Parts: sequence; C-alpha cells; structure tokens
Amino acid sequence: MTEIPLMPVEQYERLQQRNDDRVKALWDLLDAVTDPEVPVLTLWDLGVLRNIERDGEQVIVTITPTYSGCPAMNTMADDITQTLKDAGFDQVQIKTELAPAWSSEWMTQEGRRKLRNYGIAPPEDAELDEDGLTPDAHAQCPHCRSRNTRRISEFGSTACKALFQCNDCNEPFDYFKKI
Amino acid sequence: MSEAIKAATLEYATRLGDDSVVLGHRISEWISYGPFLEEDIAYGNVSLDYIGRARMFYTYAAELANDGRDEDDFAYMRNDREYRNLLLMEMPKGDFAYSQVRQLFADVYYTYVLPELLQSKDETLSAIAAKAIKETKYHLRRSRDWVLRLGDGTEESHKRTQKAVDALWGYTHELFDMDETEQMLADAGIAVDVSKLRGAWLAKVTEILTEATLTVPADDWAVRGGRVGYHTENLGHMLTEMQIVHRSFPGCKW
Repeated sequence: MTEIPLMPVEQYERLQQRNDDRVKALWDLLDAVTDPEVPVLTLWDLGVLRNIERDGEQVIVTITPTYSGCPAMNTMADDITQTLKDAGFDQVQIKTELAPAWSSEWMTQEGRRKLRNYGIAPPEDAELDEDGLTPDAHAQCPHCRSRNTRRISEFGSTACKALFQCNDCNEPFDYFKKI
Repeated sequence: MSEAIKAATLEYATRLGDDSVVLGHRISEWISYGPFLEEDIAYGNVSLDYIGRARMFYTYAAELANDGRDEDDFAYMRNDREYRNLLLMEMPKGDFAYSQVRQLFADVYYTYVLPELLQSKDETLSAIAAKAIKETKYHLRRSRDWVLRLGDGTEESHKRTQKAVDALWGYTHELFDMDETEQMLADAGIAVDVSKLRGAWLAKVTEILTEATLTVPADDWAVRGGRVGYHTENLGHMLTEMQIVHRSFPGCKW
C-alpha cells in the first residue's frame, strides 16, 4: 500500500501566511526572485523568504540564511529590493532573521520536484546515516533514478550540497543536504 | 539588559566572532592548495561556515556597541592587540596534518560549546548557536576521518600527525579558561562556562587520537593570552593579509 504523506505543518503554515490578502500580491511578485546558485528555485521554494509586511509605504521583507556563510544571501537581498522597486515599491527594508534556524524541511514540494528535474537530488532522495548526516551511498541519481550511487565528497559546489556519482549511468550529481 | 551585562555581552560576542574569523581565514588559506579538488572545496565550505558565524557575531556586537561601527569594522579595522581570539585559531596552516589536528581540536570543542550556547538566555547568541550546531557535525566528521586516516596511515603521515598533536596541545588549555567577564555572563545564563567542558573534550579527543594510533601528550606546557590580546606573531601576519584590501580602499564598493 502506498502511504500518501500529508503536507508538513511548517508548509501549511507558510501557505496560510502567503495567502494573507494584504500581502498576497507581494508574495506573487517575489516568486520572480530565484536562488542565484540554483536558478530553478524561487526564494519561496527554498524557504528563505520568511515574511512580508506592509508598514504604510514601506515593505518589510524578512529572510533567513540557509547556511551561516551562504554568500548568495547578499545577492538575494539585492534581487528582492530590485524586484520590488521595479514594481513601484521604493521603500524596501530587508530584515535577516536567524531564529528559527533554516531547515531543508521548509523547501516546498514544488521546489523538490524542480530540483530533481534540474539534476540535483533533493534532501529526501537519500536516507541519512545513524549520525543524521549525509550517507556515503545510495542517494537517488536524478538522471537515471538508480540508487546504486556513492558519495564523492561531503562538501559540494555550494555550502548546501554534497557531491555524488552514479555507478550505473556514471554521471556525477549534487545532493541537496538535509539539515 | 543592564549596562554591565551589555558591555560584557559585546565583549563576549566580539571574542566569539574573533575565534570564528581567524579560524575561517586560516582554513581559507588551503584553497587551491588542497591535496585534491574535493578536499579543496571542502576546506572552502568549512571556511565559509566560520566566516558566516563571524559575521553573525560581529553584527550582533555592532548592534550592542551602537557606535556606528558595522561587522566589517570589527573584522578589518582592529589590530592584533585588539583581537581576542583563542591562540589555537591563529596558528599557521602548517602541513595538512597540522591543519586537520587543529580542526579536530576546534570541532570537538564546538561540539560541546554550541549546545551550551544554544541554552543561552541571550536570544541572538542562542540563534547563532542553533545554526552553527548543524554545520559542526559535518566539520567534525571530516576532521575526525582525516586524523584517523593520517594517524593510522603511513609511517610519514603518522609521524607528522603526532608532531602536530604535540605542537598544538599546549594551546588547547586556553580553550577552557574563564575570566571575570565570562564568569559574570555565565552566572547570568548568557555565556558558556567552558571550564566545565574540558573533561568531555579530553575524553572525545583521547578516544579519536587513540583510535588513530596517536599518543595523547602530557599536560606539561601551556600558552595563554588570546583573550587579553597577547598573541603569537602569527596573528599579525595573518591580519595584514586579511585586512589590506579593506584598509587600502576604505568604503570601496563594487
């Protein structure tokens, strides 16, 4: 029997948040802003975009970093400001919030599908080892769907990824780490 | 927050930022010198995590100082005598074994410090710890694996790794020192009482070194001074390199 999972609570709450009438149009507008390193993912998909508020003329956008040193955060903040300015919102304030700490659990279902199609295995495509860390094998290859894969490096092309290689199709691929 | 607590928290956040930026910069010196590409990238990643931590600590310090300085002023506009990092963090990169042993000592240290900092009554320090904990698990797995591989490797790698352990051991005692500032903050539930963590650190490090066929050195010497601004000559050289662009072109943006 196939178990169909329910939507995680965090995602349900996020959906409620973006459906608030006062800021819904702004959330839709910011769907145009993507992760500069993974351009198929919007900041919404990634879970980096935490909140949007209006205070008179001012738009206050709250974001949270994925990893402490993620160098893409500055670009993301600039892109948000520019997108809002282009739409006529001149007063934009970007707030960075550290708590609660970002978790890969916040990534949307749509984002996970997009990642896989882009050639990056999403977090759930590997089973964590006993320490709760990236395993040394068996992340599912996003190209041929084989589980016969091995980890080449814990640390990949960006802070959020590890590098794997498929033993069947031989393609190397990034795995988006679960944290 | 009382003025005394606020001033002490500013000092504490600066110290933690200093530890992170100095170690982060040291690790970054391996970029393009790693033994193979993946290792090069791994060092880049770990370095980035530490520099990210430093940015969060300094941003908080700047907020508490409220004197117009920002995170960059803390990193780039202070001299070596104003830095308050632990000496272990500023030791040069040395050979690969030396850097990995230092990393192991630091990673095990943070494995015990961060869960305590997470309990801090200071919300910002606690939030930074929450982010850093996840990253440290990955760091420790890597440094542990390397120390095992090098210690229990060839005659040459064993020799060099033991030499690194012996050379760095005397710098680890300072990691568990408390002074008045930190004691006051620890009593207020804000800072970590690191003096209580040496037992756990020593047990874990001993377990790993023993498995790596390495010998845990005797505690027969110690160097201290980082927390009061007395540094080894290494820090000045490092800061010169780290700060020169910022100081040569003040306020430059591109």
